[in-house]
Amino acid sequence: MSVLVYVEQVEGKFKKSVFEAVSYAKAIADQQGTSLSAISIGNVAESELNELGKYGASKILKVEADQLKNFVNQAYASVIAEAAKNESANIVVISNSFSGKGLAPRVAVKLKAGLVDGAVELPTTDGGFSVKKTAFSGKAFAIATLTSENKVIALNPNAFGVKENAVSVAIEAFSPEVKSSDLTAIVKEIVRATNKVSLPDAEIVVSGGRGLKGPENWGMVEELADLLGAATACSKPVSDADWRPHSEHVGQTGIAISPNLYIAIGISGAIQHLAGVSSSKVIVVINKDPEAPFFKVADYGIVGDAFEVVPKIIAALKAHKA
Amino acid sequence: MKILVCISNVPDTTTKITFTGDNTEFNTAGVQYIVNPYDEIALSRAIELAEGGKGTVTVINVGEAATEPTIRKALAIGADDAVRVNGAPRDAYFVATQIAEYAKSNDFDIILCGRESIDYNGSQVAAMVGELLDIPSISIIKKLDYDGSTATIEREIEGGKEVVSVSGKFVASCAEGTAEAKIPNMRGIMSARTKPLQVIEAVAVEEVGKISKFETPAPRGSVKLIPAESAEELIGLLHSEAKVI
Ligand SMILES: Cc1cc2nc3c(=O)[nH]c(=O)nc-3n(C[C@H](O)[C@H](O)[C@H](O)COP(=O)(O)OP(=O)(O)OC[C@H]3O[C@@H](n4cnc5c(N)ncnc54)[C@H](O)[C@@H]3O)c2cc1C
Ligand SMILES: Nc1ncnc2c1ncn2[C@@H]1O[C@H](COP(=O)(O)O)[C@@H](O)[C@H]1O
Repeated sequence: MSVLVYVEQVEGKFKKSVFEAVSYAKAIADQQGTSLSAISIGNVAESELNELGKYGASKILKVEADQLKNFVNQAYASVIAEAAKNESANIVVISNSFSGKGLAPRVAVKLKAGLVDGAVELPTTDGGFSVKKTAFSGKAFAIATLTSENKVIALNPNAFGVKENAVSVAIEAFSPEVKSSDLTAIVKEIVRATNKVSLPDAEIVVSGGRGLKGPENWGMVEELADLLGAATACSKPVSDADWRPHSEHVGQTGIAISPNLYIAIGISGAIQHLAGVSSSKVIVVINKDPEAPFFKVADYGIVGDAFEVVPKIIAALKAHKA
Repeated sequence: MKILVCISNVPDTTTKITFTGDNTEFNTAGVQYIVNPYDEIALSRAIELAEGGKGTVTVINVGEAATEPTIRKALAIGADDAVRVNGAPRDAYFVATQIAEYAKSNDFDIILCGRESIDYNGSQVAAMVGELLDIPSISIIKKLDYDGSTATIEREIEGGKEVVSVSGKFVASCAEGTAEAKIPNMRGIMSARTKPLQVIEAVAVEEVGKISKFETPAPRGSVKLIPAESAEELIGLLHSEAKVI
C-alpha cells in the first residue's frame, strides 16, 4: 500500500495546484501510515522536481520519453496506472484541472478504482473511506464512499491549500513501454496566455456582468484584476454576447471556482451564477440595485454605480500598494 | 457518419437543491428535469455535422422510464433515434459501462458527451467510455471539426487552448463554444413523438462506491455594506479584516 500523486507540469513548471495535490496526498499517506511517491511526465528540471520535496514527496518517478512530451490523456493514464502498480499504490491523487478531468477517469477504469472527482477535503476513514466533493454545481456537497480496493481522487484547486512538510527527495527514472495505440490523438498546437492568471487556479477573481453595459468598459475590470494579481471572469450573458470569451464564464453552466476573493461587478446574482461562485471564501458585490440577490450571499457590498465605485477602489488599491 | 450523443437527465438550473432521508437522498419533489445543458451543445454540434444527409445522430440515456420526456426533447431538437438503457444511473462508471457496451455493437464514428452533468458534476463519463472502448477521449472541448475521417478539436486548458487532431473513432465532452444550443421547433416536437426510442436492459456492473450523504453549504453571515461615497474603505477591510489581499 502507498499513495501516488500525479504532478502535472506546464512548460516544465509546477503550479500551485500541484503543490496542493502533493500536500493533500502526503496528508493521506500520513493518515494511512504509508509512503508517498509522485509521478512526473514530460521534461522537468531536477531543481523543479526537488520543489515537490517541500510538500512531502520523498520519491519521484520521472518519465521523460519524447513521445510523452505533450499531454495525451490516453497515454498518460497508461503510464500512471503502470506506476501505481509498480509502487503498489492503492490511492492515486490527481489535480482536478482541465487535463486532470480527462485523465482521472481513465486511470480509475484501468485500476478498477472508484473515483472521487472534485474532492474538497481529506478522506475520513471511520466507517469506510469517504471523501467530500462538490455536487450540483456548488449548490451542495456529496460524501462519496469508495468501496473498491484502489481509489482515485481528483482534488479541486484552492480547496486544501499548500502545506509545507519538507522531506529529502529521491528521483528515479521510470520508462514504461508506451503503446502506439495510446498516442493516436496528436497535439497540434498549444496557445496559452502566459501573462494572465488562469481562472480555475486564481486566488482572486474580478468578474463583470451585464451591468457593465459593453465590452468597451472592461478596462477597469482588467486594471483592478491586474493590480490584485487576479483572473477576470464574467456572467453568462456577457460571454453569450461575445463581450468576453466563453472561457471566462463562471456559474452553473460555466466554470465553478472557489477563490479566496470574488469581486462581482454589475452582476445580479442569479441562482445559476451563484452556483459556480458561492464557495468563494470572501465575496464582494458592487451593484447599483440594493435589492440585487447577490447581496444576500456577499460578505462586503457596495450599493452604487460601478463606473464611480470601481475607479475609487482602483485608486485606493494603488495607494495601498504604494 | 454515425454519431452517438450521451444525454443526461438533470434538475432544471433554477432548482433549489434540498435533501431528504437525513440528507441521504436528493429531494425530487417538484423538480423539473431537463436535458443537461452541455449535452444540448453536444447534440447541436452532432446535428450540424450530420446535416445534409452526411450522417445520423443517435442519443443514448441511461435511466429509468421517467427520463423519456427528456429523451423526446433530444429527439425534438433533431436526433434521428434514441436508446434508453433501462437502469438507475448509479454512478459514472455504471453509466459509462452501459454506453460502451451499446457502442461496441453499434459502430459509431463519434461519441459526444457534455463536459459534465450539472447534478453530480463528475466530468467522468466521456473519458471512461473512451477507456472502456480503448479509443481517444478529449475532455472539455470548445470546437470540433470533422472531415469524415479526421477530427480537429480545440480543448480548454488553463489560460488558453490546445488543438488536437484525431483520426479514427473518438469520444469528446463538449463545452460552450462547440455549438449554439438548438431550440426545438414545432415540426421537431411533432416528429419526436414518432421517432424510434429503443429500450434495452442494463448490464450488471460491480459497485465501486456510492454517495452516502449530502451537505448543503453553510449559510453566510450578513453582508457588511460600505457606502459608495467611501468605496475606498473596501481595500482596508479586505486587507486587515478579511485578510485576502
Ligand atoms: C440553463 C441556464 C443556465 C445558466 N447558467 C448560468 C451560468 O453558468 N452563469 C451565469 O452567470 N448565468 C447563467 N445563467 C443566466 C442567469 O440566469 C442570469 O441571466 C445571468 O447570470 C445574469 O447575468 P448578469 O447578472 O450579468 O445580468 P443581469 O441579470 O442583467 O444583471 C445586471 C446587474 O447589473 C446591475 N447594474 C446595472 N448597471 C449597473 C451599474 N452602472 N453599476 C452597478 N451595477 C449595475 C443591475 O442592478 C443588475 O443587478 C443561466 C441561465 C439558464 C437558463
Ligand atoms: N445517465 C446518463 N445517460 C447518458 N449519458 C450520461 C448520463 N450521465 C452522464 N452522461 C453523459 O456524460 C456527460 C458527463 O457526465 P458526468 O460524468 O456525470 O459529469 C454528460 O454531459 C452526458 O453527456
